[in-house]
Amino acid sequence: MRLRFIVTEVLQGLRRNTTMALSVIIVTLVSLAFVGSAALLQIQVGKLKDDWYDRVEVSIFLCPSDSAYAQCKAGPVTPSQEDNIRAILETGELGEIVEQVYYETKQEAWENLLERDPDGFFAQQLTADDMQPSFRVKLQDPEQFALVADAIEMRPGVEHVVDQREVFGTLFQILNRATLLAAALAIVMLLAAMLLITTTIRLSALSRRKETTIMRMVGSSKTLIQLPFMLEGIIAATTGALLSIIGLWLGVRYLVQDWLTSSNLSWVDYIDEGDVLSVAPWLLLIGFGLSAIASVVTLGRYTSA
Amino acid sequence: MPTPRAPTTVIHFSDVSKVYTRGARPALDEVSVTIERGDFVFLVGASGSGKSTFLKLVLREERPTAGRIHVAGRDLAKLASWRVPQLRREIGAVFQDFRLLPNKTVFQNVGFALQVIGKNRRYIETSVPEILDLVGLAGKEKRLPHELSGGEQQRVAIARAFVNRPPILLCDEPTGNLDPGTSIGIMRLLDRINRTGTTVLMATHDELMVDQMRKRVVELKDGRVVRDQLQGVYGLEPA
Repeated sequence: MRLRFIVTEVLQGLRRNTTMALSVIIVTLVSLAFVGSAALLQIQVGKLKDDWYDRVEVSIFLCPSDSAYAQCKAGPVTPSQEDNIRAILETGELGEIVEQVYYETKQEAWENLLERDPDGFFAQQLTADDMQPSFRVKLQDPEQFALVADAIEMRPGVEHVVDQREVFGTLFQILNRATLLAAALAIVMLLAAMLLITTTIRLSALSRRKETTIMRMVGSSKTLIQLPFMLEGIIAATTGALLSIIGLWLGVRYLVQDWLTSSNLSWVDYIDEGDVLSVAPWLLLIGFGLSAIASVVTLGRYTSA
Repeated sequence: MPTPRAPTTVIHFSDVSKVYTRGARPALDEVSVTIERGDFVFLVGASGSGKSTFLKLVLREERPTAGRIHVAGRDLAKLASWRVPQLRREIGAVFQDFRLLPNKTVFQNVGFALQVIGKNRRYIETSVPEILDLVGLAGKEKRLPHELSGGEQQRVAIARAFVNRPPILLCDEPTGNLDPGTSIGIMRLLDRINRTGTTVLMATHDELMVDQMRKRVVELKDGRVVRDQLQGVYGLEPA
């Protein structure tokens, strides 16, 4: 009986307040889509960093057999030149700022390329022999790149030195700023959603004040009096959250996976539907929590004596 | 039907005071009243004498500033707020303005009171017709409140208050909106309910009713009890 009563009341409330319920759904949809986008952007940044940034900060490319660089005219790098460079990196003044040196052979460079993008243009056109060996150097403080570059650049066997942060720096900057923007918009929208849910519940409670007064009078429990209103808010907000998840899923599926992955940026490890699903519970939780808080704040005032 | 007269106190006020705003004259001032099970008590007095406050304190819509209140065996000072609904299930309440739900039928209005305290459908379907019969509204189950006369609406309100068979019935000016003829009908109904052993506490201005019924009268004036008379009439000056 109680369950039936609650269901009837909730449906009645939603029907009476359709426009308000719709606006709650839309506002939570938009705000949680921003929250989700911010989270997904950060997951993307994390993936990119995992891929490159954290492992390698300075790449010292060594001379391959047919380099276009002037300092490689003498031919490909020799083992003694390699030992020499490694010695410079690991001892003396550089030894103090270098945290780790990793030597990547041609073969490893090739395998890494294949692993990243087995069907891409480079994998199709190149062989292991076309790759060049390199030292990947991790610095204790990435800002000291210039010291390493100065000391290494003109050594025999070195083709060129790349600070890989530069390659990704701009990209990360864009992604981080986009995250901040999305997060800021999300906060504003969440605030709007919260206020809107509060108003919706209040209107609903006021429009049924006669009922709630009688319920209190005849000894209905507080839970039974307040639950229908809470559920109204929660249902609307959760619907918004679900729609935002569907939206994000579609966005990742069709924009990121289908479009970006088939573009010439296909070597990047992009976010996928699984990442959307990992964000989804949080979005639902925020939607639910938002309406629950709004209910508690409002109902205390509008349904009590 | 013989009235059960177990001398059990159902409402007990002991030196109860209620001050709404600090410094203002108290709405109730050290009021002590004892009401036994099966009593029919008129609470009379001018507007602002404290009648409504008295009823609100019984329902625990308000809490006393000082003094102790016991209702239906409960010490209201010690009653946790989540237990207040249980207290109110033992008190039926009837108001001057009926407080019916305009979009519900007579049956639904009465059934609502049972529905929201968790009674099942079968229980509702047997007890609502019974109570409607008792209040004289048999055959009008499907009417909406606006299709009823004032007296009939008040009967619906009484049916709603009494359908759960509470031991206490509080009435706040139940005849205040009704003409004398209709009022007599309502009073007879309340009397009949009282004869089932239900304690009836009725706040009223209605001198005629008080004089005719010859029941116990508690008179409040400026928040104090100025008369508590076993078979009183309305206007009598306190001895």
